[in-house]
Amino acid sequence: MSLITAEGISLKYAANTVLKDVTLTINKGEIVTVIGPNGSGKSTLLRALLGAIQPASGRITRKPDLRIGYVPQRLSIEANMPLTVRRFLSLPQRHTASEIADMLARVGVSGLEARQLTQLSGGQFQRVLLARALLGKPEILMLDEPTQGLDQPGIAGFYQLLETVRREIGCAVLLVSHDLHVVMSASDRVICLNGHICCEGTPHVVLEAPEYRALFGDGTHGTMALYQHAHNDHCDHEHNNEGHTHAG
Amino acid sequence: MLDDFLVRAMLAGVGLSLATGPLGAFVVWRRMAYFGDATAHAAILGVALALGASLPLYLGILLVAFAMALAVSVLAGRRHAMDTTLGVLAHSALALGLVTVSFVSGVRVDLSAFLFGDILAVSRMDLLVIWGGGLLVLAGLVWRWSPLLTATLSEDLATASGLNPKREQLLLTMALAVVVAMSIKVVGALLIVAMLIIPAAAARGLSKTPEAMAFMAVLIGIAASIGGLFASLQWDTPAGPSIVMAASAVFMITALMNK
Repeated sequence: MSLITAEGISLKYAANTVLKDVTLTINKGEIVTVIGPNGSGKSTLLRALLGAIQPASGRITRKPDLRIGYVPQRLSIEANMPLTVRRFLSLPQRHTASEIADMLARVGVSGLEARQLTQLSGGQFQRVLLARALLGKPEILMLDEPTQGLDQPGIAGFYQLLETVRREIGCAVLLVSHDLHVVMSASDRVICLNGHICCEGTPHVVLEAPEYRALFGDGTHGTMALYQHAHNDHCDHEHNNEGHTHAG
Repeated sequence: MLDDFLVRAMLAGVGLSLATGPLGAFVVWRRMAYFGDATAHAAILGVALALGASLPLYLGILLVAFAMALAVSVLAGRRHAMDTTLGVLAHSALALGLVTVSFVSGVRVDLSAFLFGDILAVSRMDLLVIWGGGLLVLAGLVWRWSPLLTATLSEDLATASGLNPKREQLLLTMALAVVVAMSIKVVGALLIVAMLIIPAAAARGLSKTPEAMAFMAVLIGIAASIGGLFASLQWDTPAGPSIVMAASAVFMITALMNK
């Protein structure tokens, strides 16, 4: 069953066409990663799929009353708005204190309820955003470069957590990222974007596609090899990190 | 009791604060100060048009304020640098209002009553409008509180939660027009935004949640109204500006407390 379908959509920002003729479907329980260089229209596509912007042409259909858990790239909190983690997690839907405590524990930041959002570290903040998305019992999680600004262990930890909760909940995931290493190890399907869909398929298909090579260069080959390695040693995250540092 | 002008003035201040507290919090959070100014200044044009067309005064103000608020919110949606545009609109509306009033024949209008308000001259009818409008705005904000907060935090988060941020924005726009119409007799077109921003800003340092901030802003608004009125009686100063000064005093005290 498809949750979101985009048929031949074009997206404009001001007078510029950011994306043209994009067709894609996200099915129930599927993990889809969209990768592309900066300015390739990744975030714009995500915002269009969740309904925040209207396509200039083409059509987007969402399953009626689709429950979306959205984790934005960043969220700047207006300094003049006092907001505790507890209150934030109940926006707009109310959740009980125990639901909130359980969810915070699950994403690894228990006991932060009374803290102001503005006082959280980058890693805590991203986990709180994830907690909020998960509290809505999403059918699809949509994440826009959710680890921006995190350090390497923070990134690894976040994706590890994402994979764990995703396995428990079984929701679909649409992830926008430029972190090729993590992307490859987590997804069922990869869409390579640069103003349009360059190539798409399983990680292996995309990896071999000439369009992908053209976009990210052969330099990424090392990263890909590493992905293979990481994939085999799925749980060995320490090792995994170490390799990534070498590659970088 | 209502025969006493001072009691009526105090009741007007309290009724106004019920609406300006929570709405002012949103004005601060969404950085709508200039937006408020443009709407408030358009009220003078509303006065002129109401007099010219023999419409009820409040209706004229409400219509023009709402039209201005709507125009500004459409413009603001385009994400351009809004500061200058809003400044141009706000002051053009004020100037146009002042010029238009001078064309309305046969009426000598005391404009200063609309520019600075005249809370001591509030009638029973005015009280009815102020409390009716105040409770209406308060009820609307309470009704949509969570969606409004979510949309204020992030339009994308609100959309993902199945809300329509544009609709929430429209509610605030309407609430602002109602507040402008009801408060013009109290503090006047020039100082309406002060009553929105200053109590909310003063409440910021005293609160840990948005709800607490809105509530504290109501209390501070009420305290400033009453305190300002008594100061105005004591020292024979204009009432509207005295109320705003009382609010500013509270703001300064809370700002120093948080240093």
